[in-house]
Amino acid sequence: MDLYQELILDHYKNPVRAGLREPFDAQSHQVNPTCGDEVTLRVRVAGTGPDAVVEDVSYDSMGCSISVASASILAEEVTGRSVAHARATYEAMRRMLTSKGADPGDEDEIGDGVALSGVAKYPARVKCALLSWAAFTDALYQAEGAKQ
Amino acid sequence: MSAAPLSDEELARLRADFPILSRTVRGGRPLVYLDSGATSHKPTAVLDAERHFYEHTNAAVHRGAHQLSEEGTDAYESARETIAAFIGAQASEIVFTRNATEAINLVAYAFTNGAHGGGGGTGDRFTLGPGDEVLVTEMEHHANLIPWQEACKRTGATLRWVPVTADGRLDLTDLDTLLTERTKVFAFTHVSNVLGTLNPVRELAAKAHAVGALTVLDACQSVPHLPVDVTDLGVDLLAFSGHKLLGPLGIGVLWGRPELLEQMPVFLTGGSMIETVTMEGATYAPVPQKFEAGVPVAAQAVGLAAACDYLSALGMDRVHAHEQALTERLLRGLAERSWVRVLGPADLRDRGGAVAFVVDGVHAHDVGQVLDDRGVEVRVGHHCAWPLHRALRAAASTRASFAVYTTPGEVDALLEALDRVPAMFGMEVPA
Repeated sequence: MDLYQELILDHYKNPVRAGLREPFDAQSHQVNPTCGDEVTLRVRVAGTGPDAVVEDVSYDSMGCSISVASASILAEEVTGRSVAHARATYEAMRRMLTSKGADPGDEDEIGDGVALSGVAKYPARVKCALLSWAAFTDALYQAEGAKQ
Repeated sequence: MSAAPLSDEELARLRADFPILSRTVRGGRPLVYLDSGATSHKPTAVLDAERHFYEHTNAAVHRGAHQLSEEGTDAYESARETIAAFIGAQASEIVFTRNATEAINLVAYAFTNGAHGGGGGTGDRFTLGPGDEVLVTEMEHHANLIPWQEACKRTGATLRWVPVTADGRLDLTDLDTLLTERTKVFAFTHVSNVLGTLNPVRELAAKAHAVGALTVLDACQSVPHLPVDVTDLGVDLLAFSGHKLLGPLGIGVLWGRPELLEQMPVFLTGGSMIETVTMEGATYAPVPQKFEAGVPVAAQAVGLAAACDYLSALGMDRVHAHEQALTERLLRGLAERSWVRVLGPADLRDRGGAVAFVVDGVHAHDVGQVLDDRGVEVRVGHHCAWPLHRALRAAASTRASFAVYTTPGEVDALLEALDRVPAMFGMEVPA
C-alpha cells in the first residue's frame, strides 16, 4: 500500500512544531464534515509585502495520519521562509494532490510533501491532506489583511 | 428466536442474485462489502422489476386515461400494497417520498405549516409554537435531528433530547422531566445506525402517548433487518428508505396512522396532490396523494415492492437470525482484540447489526484505508451522527454493517484485515 509511507507515519507520530503558540497574527479553524476532523492553525508573519516571512506556524490537528502528517509537513516547509515561497509550496502541494496521481510532486518545491503523493489516488482522502493547507492560506490571508 | 440463520448453501445461492457481489476491487481482490447500513446492494429481481416497468408500462401515473397510464398506475398502486403489507400496514397509510430524510422533513414541515394555518391540515395535533417542545435523542442520525432543529427555529418551539449512556443506550433516567405535556413530538430511532442499539419503542411510545405527544420513528435500520409490524410498535409515524432495503435509490416511505395522515398538513405542493385549483387557492387530494406532489416515483416503487417480495420469500425472521449470527461473530472477534473499543452494546441483547468501533491511537480513516486495501469496505467517520460521537468521546469510528447477503467469511476477512493495523501504525499491542 503506497499511501502510508514511512515518512508520513513519522510525521504522524512526531508532528513537527505541533501545539498552539503565542504570539500569532491570525488563526483559522477548518473542519472536514465527512469525518469530523478538525485543525486549528495559527500564523505569525514578520514584515510586509515582498519581505514578509512566515515566522511561526503552530497548530492543533485532530484527525487521521494523513491530515496530521500534512500539517506537520506544512509547518516544516514554510516556517522561516518567505510568504511568497509558502504560497508557491501550497500551490505545488495542491497541484500534486488533485492530479489523480499524474503529478508525483517535486521534492525541491514541497520537501517531505512528496510522501503524500499516494493520497492523490484516493479521492476521499485528498481533503484530509489539504485541510491544514486550507487553514494556512486562510490564516495568511487574514494576517496580511490585518497588516494593511 | 427460533428461526435459523441461512446455511452456507442458501447463502451461496442467494449471493448469486446480487450481480455486484461478484466484482473485484483494489487490484483483483474479492469485494467484502460491510457497508449495507449506508446502502444495500440490489438483487436481480429488483433490477428486473424496474427495467420491466420502463420497458412495458412506463407512464406518468395518476394522470392521463390511456392504457399505459392505467397499467402504470396499477403497477404503482400494487407496489404500495406490497410495501404496506411488508410492515403490517394498509396501502392507504403509505406515503412515498424520495427517501427517509424527506419523509421526516415532510412531518417536520407539516408541523411548521400547521403552526401557520397552512397546508390544509385539520385539528391541532400538527402545530408547534413557543412553549411547545420537540424531544429527540442524542443517538439520532442527522436526518432525525436537523429537521427538528429547523422546525423549532421556524416555530419558536424548544428542542430537547434524551442523552445516551456510556455503553450506548438511551439514558431514560430523566425521561419524565424531558417528556411532558409540553412535548408535541417525540422523534427517535428504532435501531441506531452507529451503535446498533435497539430502542424500547413500545415503552417510549406508550410514555409519549400518555402525555399526548406524537411519536415519529426512524426505522431505516430496522425495517431491512428484522420483522417490523407497525400495528405492534405503538408509534404514530414511521419512516424508512428503499435503498437500504435492497430497493432502488430515490424512494422512501412514510407510514402514518390513517386519522393522523388525514389531519396532517401537506409539505411539497404542486401537481398530483390537488383536488381543485383556482387562481386564489387549492384543496387537496385524499391521503396518500396529498403528500405525493409531482409525477410519482413509480418505477422505484415497483422496484421496492420486488425487494419486499424478495425478503418476504426468505422470511424476515430468518434475515434477522442470519444478521444476529454475524453480529455475534464480529462482537466476539472484536472482544478478543484488546486494542479495539466497541461503541455501543457489547453483546447481542437489544441490538441490531451495525457495529462501530475505535482503535485507540489510530484514526478511523486510517483503519478504513487499511481495510479497503484488502477489499473490505466499511464506513468511517461519524456516520451522520456527530453529536452521538461527541457524547461517546470518539472523534470518528469505523462501522461494519450487514445485510442478508453478508457471509461469516466476510466478518472473518474484516478481523484479519484489522490485524494489520497495529503493526502498520506502530501500536504497542499486548500479546
